[in-house]
Amino acid sequence: MAASKRKEDLRFDHKVIGEMVKPGTTVLDMGCGDGDLLEYLVLSKDVRGSGVEISEEAIYKCVEKGLSVAHGDIDSGLKEYPDNLFDYVIFNQTMQQVHKPKEAILEALRIGKEVIIGFPNFCVLKARFQIFFAGHVPVTPSLPYTWYDTPNLHFLSIKDFEVFCREQGITVEKSVFLSEKGIVRFMPNLFALNAIFQISRK
Amino acid sequence: MAGEGKSKKGTPGYVETRYYNMPAGEEFVLESGVRLKELRIAYETYGELNSRRTNAVLICHALSGDAHAAGLHKGDKKPGWWDDMIGPGKAFDTEQYFVICANVIGGCKGSSGPNSINPATERPYGLSFPIVTISDMVDAQKKLVEFLGIKKLLSVCGGSMGGMQALQWAVSYPESIHSCIPIATSYKHSAQQIAFDEVGRQAIMADPAWNGGDYYEKDHPSRGLAVARMVGHITYMSQQSMEQKFGRMMKKKELGYEFTTEFEVEGYLRYRGDNFVKRFDANSYLYLTKAMDYFDLLGDQKLAQLFKGVKARFLVIAFSSDWLYPPFQSKEVVKACKMNGIDVTYCEISSDYGHDAFLLEFEEETKLVKHFLSRTLKKVEK
Repeated sequence: MAASKRKEDLRFDHKVIGEMVKPGTTVLDMGCGDGDLLEYLVLSKDVRGSGVEISEEAIYKCVEKGLSVAHGDIDSGLKEYPDNLFDYVIFNQTMQQVHKPKEAILEALRIGKEVIIGFPNFCVLKARFQIFFAGHVPVTPSLPYTWYDTPNLHFLSIKDFEVFCREQGITVEKSVFLSEKGIVRFMPNLFALNAIFQISRK
Repeated sequence: MAGEGKSKKGTPGYVETRYYNMPAGEEFVLESGVRLKELRIAYETYGELNSRRTNAVLICHALSGDAHAAGLHKGDKKPGWWDDMIGPGKAFDTEQYFVICANVIGGCKGSSGPNSINPATERPYGLSFPIVTISDMVDAQKKLVEFLGIKKLLSVCGGSMGGMQALQWAVSYPESIHSCIPIATSYKHSAQQIAFDEVGRQAIMADPAWNGGDYYEKDHPSRGLAVARMVGHITYMSQQSMEQKFGRMMKKKELGYEFTTEFEVEGYLRYRGDNFVKRFDANSYLYLTKAMDYFDLLGDQKLAQLFKGVKARFLVIAFSSDWLYPPFQSKEVVKACKMNGIDVTYCEISSDYGHDAFLLEFEEETKLVKHFLSRTLKKVEK
């Protein structure tokens, strides 16, 4: 599906996230899918990783990779962990599918010392053109779905997320913006397809 | 086969039940405080214990199970009750693991229970056998495991009542297991579960042949036990599986306007009930259901306290249509693991088979158990 379409892109995501995670730490991946990112972090960073995932088929793939993963949804999966259990809690391309993103992010900041969030930028230039000139809801490489089959419940831009962090008193430790070609440094809210934020309560 | 490198999936072949007898002079103290001077445990093993003794896996059986989990007894055509899961190349790969299964204390398949001979009277115990608990079953298994020379089990696994034993192991002997695989189970029996057990017990005790549990030299309370088993079977199936299997199918096309076995589902339950009485002791049914009803690992503690000090990694499995031990009960176990930072994997397997799924959905279970076990062994051998 969309994941295979964006495979190159996702691998780059994984590398960027890999650079944010310190070796030998503990990681919780919320919505870990087949466990590719977790496996990458376990192998390259020697992290103690676990995941939460809603798809039964994906659970089998994770277990085959030797990963520990709990079958369940993100919204209810966070509350059960004690404070500061993990060094990192990761939402890679899953935050936009959570029912209550604000609660999920605040819960993640409770159970993890740092939270890494990767999401598609809804206000990339291409999307703005599609709305303004073509008059339809944008379909972009990072948001490849039509309105009737999208798993995404929430649409946000890089700017929206920065405003949210400011309002909630959340520190942005690091942010990396990506296009299909690589890292975007100039006007990311206009040119980046995806954003990865590393945030904390510090 | 040896030249092929990988062996095919197979059966452990012919197996025999063996017996552990507690050495004379020792006492087995039950949770109730009663002391047993004699203790016998029937068990089977499959595969070989490795030189470092790190590959032993204990399988705990459910209410109607026994020590014969896999392979064939000489002269039998039917293999052990979990043969789909235990054997070369299977989930519990007997070329890698040393698999042990023992009949529980209170059972009727060779271990000490109400149908064993009381040394004091030289007659079967009947109701003079002390009440046993899940914790007593586990203590008896610990004696056997020690006797086999194993200090720490790679894993303890079981479904239903077997899952309760697996959970009890994690709490009673946290230093003695590396991992725990509770399947379709709960850390405490709910009112509904107790209620169904009580119906089964009342059916047995209402049979005149039961005679206060003293029937071994006479007719057994077969009707009562069969009814108990029929009720049990209803709870093991799901609405969907019953509908698919029987619907309103009838043995004859026309209604008979009489109280005979007309519906297929009636015939099936009768058949199951009648078969069960040939292989199970009614008093044992009373003892084992009572042990399950007493089971409450949590007690007055908070859920976060449940697994304090537990070190094992967990693989928890539930089935979507299991209404006897519904997935929410397994999720509570997972929650307790998470609260204590225990390494836990949980999967709710989608299945229409109800509680029976733990014996039937072996392909899905294999996908989980096989990799979980090999990962655990790797960690242990590190």
